[in-house]
Amino acid sequence: MKALPVLVRLLRDPPLAAGLGLPEWDLALRQSTCTNLSPSLLALLEEHDLLERVPAAPRAHLEWVRALATRHRQAARFEVECIQAALGAQAAPLLLLKGAAYTMAGLRAGAGRLYNDIDILVPKARLDAVEAALMLHGWASSGHDAYDQRYYRQWMHELPPMQHLRRRTSIDVHHAILPETAPLHPDPDKLRAAAVPVDGAPGLATLAPADMVLHSAVHLFFDGEFDKGLRDLLDLHRLFQEFGVRPGFWDALPARARELELGRPLFYALRYSRRLLGTPVPQAVLEAMAPCGPRRPLLALMDALFERALLPMHASCDDALSAPARFALYVRGNWLRMPPLLLARHLFHKAFISRKDAPETV
Amino acid sequence: MLTAASPTVASLTVASLNRTALATRLAGPGLLVQTGPFVSRIRSSIGHVAEGIELLYGDYPLLAEDSFADFHVGLQPSGGLRRWYKPQVNFDLDGLVPFEPLPEAHAFPMLEWGLNWCISTRAHSWLMIHAAVVERDGCAAILPAPPGSGKSTLCAALVHRGWRLLSDELALLRPDDGLLVPVARPVSLKNRSIDVIRAYVPEAVLSRPVSNTTKGTVAHLKAPADSVARVRETARPAWIVFPKYEAGAATTMTPLTRTDTFFRVAGNAFNYSEMGARGFTTLAGTIERCAGYDFRYSDLDEAIAGFAALEPPP
Repeated sequence: MKALPVLVRLLRDPPLAAGLGLPEWDLALRQSTCTNLSPSLLALLEEHDLLERVPAAPRAHLEWVRALATRHRQAARFEVECIQAALGAQAAPLLLLKGAAYTMAGLRAGAGRLYNDIDILVPKARLDAVEAALMLHGWASSGHDAYDQRYYRQWMHELPPMQHLRRRTSIDVHHAILPETAPLHPDPDKLRAAAVPVDGAPGLATLAPADMVLHSAVHLFFDGEFDKGLRDLLDLHRLFQEFGVRPGFWDALPARARELELGRPLFYALRYSRRLLGTPVPQAVLEAMAPCGPRRPLLALMDALFERALLPMHASCDDALSAPARFALYVRGNWLRMPPLLLARHLFHKAFISRKDAPETV
Repeated sequence: MLTAASPTVASLTVASLNRTALATRLAGPGLLVQTGPFVSRIRSSIGHVAEGIELLYGDYPLLAEDSFADFHVGLQPSGGLRRWYKPQVNFDLDGLVPFEPLPEAHAFPMLEWGLNWCISTRAHSWLMIHAAVVERDGCAAILPAPPGSGKSTLCAALVHRGWRLLSDELALLRPDDGLLVPVARPVSLKNRSIDVIRAYVPEAVLSRPVSNTTKGTVAHLKAPADSVARVRETARPAWIVFPKYEAGAATTMTPLTRTDTFFRVAGNAFNYSEMGARGFTTLAGTIERCAGYDFRYSDLDEAIAGFAALEPPP
């Protein structure tokens, strides 16, 4: 493996911050900006009491994002309250996923993490009632044509994303963590049955620690888009760190992964979180998960792909193979999402029939 | 009042580079230039950019190539057929391309707009208001206004009649102490104001006018050297004046209520919502200490007399 980009080295080993020179800070902040990780970096530096050791110019630049992170946390809490009020008994407790779960549960993975939508998990049988309740309170599915509506409702694991008409905030209502058309079917009933209440927030719940890690892993390693790959890998790293010291976490994780058919994504999560971010993982867990990995030649290929795609999306981190690696993973992500014939039809529709968004003018 | 009274180092300015050296830096590693609290690394192989920078940025500090930069911006020709047929320019912030390309002749105004965009979408340490800011005797006037109100014309005239330029586009209010942080850069003039200012300030240095932009014909006025030299001096906001040019109108300065002033300034803020409670307290504090006015004018001499008559609020 080549030398890691300076941002990855910082996330891996925050005390390095005390010794970086201005040119390295310049590069680190460029890499963190394009990956949306500056607020996370700020939180990490503060957690290690290192902000004072950062030279004045990059420190001032890092301070720019403090307001965004504060505002984001506040807005997320408010939005969760609104969703709770809208759904009431339709989704009690309200089971939060990903970013909103990290924020509301006060996990370190949530510190400085920016996300655009709130994700919730509801029983499939309740989808219609939940959608109706959200619509009554001002959310509407927006910007999706008839094809998109069908794509989500028939094949995916979530409703078409809904947006609040006044606040312009988004919510993703999931009934499972993988598409209906995917080859794996982690049972959502099992996930909901193990959900844990959020301390100090009545009516809210998150997935249990092991399930939260597994969801984060499947979300990253079964998807085709890696523009936020490093952010998601950092989530995994921080979840492993925080849950890893809780008794029983590591002992139960491999078995739970197998039970939910998520051995392969967990294998990748452990492998790349360790290789890129230096996550400490007990040897017994690595040995237990080794059979879930791909065979050696395929593993070498996956290393070459993921260890490119998971780096910051910045010119300084790319080599000649970065773009092909991202494209290959994009194809793989779609491949894992639906069977070949359906996929061919979907890609054809997206390429030739759906319109593309244009950038704004000055 | 002085902030961070740094030892006066005889630092280099952009003017220390001749045109060839300037163009070489722009086309190569990039030109690192400091404007107020921001350092930008500008890269461009386009002649219009070098020309505009040489003309308008001579007084600004030039930083070493290995310095830290807040913004890494590029203005590069579009590839493909556009290299030969109606060449275009793309603005990018470190690889991010937020705008559609423009004709290559618009490259310098695009740099100015792009830098404003960088600041207004990123620099959330300050409450940022879309406004011109000028200062005299330690008291600053904030001039928020939509395009077409004659804000920049008035600003350009004021800074050549005894007022110091803090900014033509961006009022940066520091939440800690409510002071205005200067980011003195060229003043953007549009359409008829270009000739108005040429006539009113014969010694003014203007960039070559570019016609047929989305804002009509645009030229940039060089910031007064004194304003650039005093860019570390913050100023206390004293007045909030909403200017409105109206042909033939008598000069009138109409006091506004605090509530009106508050909501109109908030409506012109770039990051009021992003700043959350800090944005509210910063703005409320500013409104408390300022007098707010609606200002109509048609004659620049009368307008300047109107500003000279402003009394600092108690």
